[in-house]
Amino acid sequence: MTMELIGIIIVAIFVNNVVFSQFLGICPFLGVSKKVDTAIGMGLAVTFVLTIATLVTFLLQKGVLEPYGLEYLQTITFILVIAALVQMVEIVLKKISPALYQALGVFLPLITTNCVILGVAILVIQKDYNLLESVIYAIATALGYAMALIIFSSIREQMALTKIPKVMEGIPIALITAGIIAMAFMGFSGIDQVFK
Amino acid sequence: MNNNLKVLINGIIKENPTFVLLLGMCPTLATTSSAINGMSMGLATMFVLICSNMVISMLKNVIPDMVRIPAYIVVIATFVTIIEMVMNAYVPALADSLGIFIPLIVVNCIVLGRAEAFASKNGVFASIFDGAGMGLGFTLSLTVLGAVRELMGTGKIFSTNIYPERYGSLLFVLAPGAFIVLGYLIAIFNKLQHK
Repeated sequence: MTMELIGIIIVAIFVNNVVFSQFLGICPFLGVSKKVDTAIGMGLAVTFVLTIATLVTFLLQKGVLEPYGLEYLQTITFILVIAALVQMVEIVLKKISPALYQALGVFLPLITTNCVILGVAILVIQKDYNLLESVIYAIATALGYAMALIIFSSIREQMALTKIPKVMEGIPIALITAGIIAMAFMGFSGIDQVFK
Repeated sequence: MNNNLKVLINGIIKENPTFVLLLGMCPTLATTSSAINGMSMGLATMFVLICSNMVISMLKNVIPDMVRIPAYIVVIATFVTIIEMVMNAYVPALADSLGIFIPLIVVNCIVLGRAEAFASKNGVFASIFDGAGMGLGFTLSLTVLGAVRELMGTGKIFSTNIYPERYGSLLFVLAPGAFIVLGYLIAIFNKLQHK
């Protein structure tokens, strides 16, 4: 059991990294990765929201949608719940911990349309995980996302100082860099066999 | 009519969602391992775009301003659920290979972006043309990206052999190829536009 959970964590962070192998959350990945500080903030905000959102949508799926045969409403329900949840987190955070709100506030509205959240909520249902596995998977995925953001933003900070051809500036070179990092991450494939 | 045509062309070239606006990157990268996959993803998104644009522009005077975003999301999610169920019923193999990215059309910024920026301010017909233009632009760029990756990876385009498969590099079909090919395509598009 513990071995399986460790397997889920390793696979979610390294082997099937959200950004470099599953292509989720690319828009904010390209958008907020110019500075390491903002990357850390975004990573934290995603971790926070993803964990809560997965927990809530999982309970909703098992407690309401499945018993009443309403699985076809999954997409609509999940996206509305996530949108409402992000708003609520924002309000609660503002009240309880102004310091944390200061740090994460600007990233929260962006998160509703971050496909990592909805993607993971649907994936854990598809993979047929139980509650504990779902939450662990969500946290590990978010850590993988934060790690990808931090690696990528540190490279981009350096790259801003180098001279590159005009047409390649900005997004093109960023995408090619991401491609090379993805190549490096391919080296992890196969590790998951150990945990089976 | 002329104006509508302009709106249509605008979506394909001047405001191409993939190469110029850089919206909807996730499905762009994830579903273009072959030309046919890219094209189907583009068409599914186009269907949602046209329908949601149409319905939202019809309802624009009914929806209160305060709750417009949730209202748009419900409209969009409805059409996404429709296309998801249709694809599962009639093309299960394709639905399988696109997988999670069909429900994720809901959070594709292009769809919500057009609802907010165009359909909520313009008439029904103009909105349909805008949806069609944006959808076509998206479909075209996904097909091109898919075709390039398929050609470099397996030597085929739309499963038709162009050169022997053993000269292809599998890397282009896998994850890194998506990033690298898209990067170069955007650079080429930039170059052509600024000439």
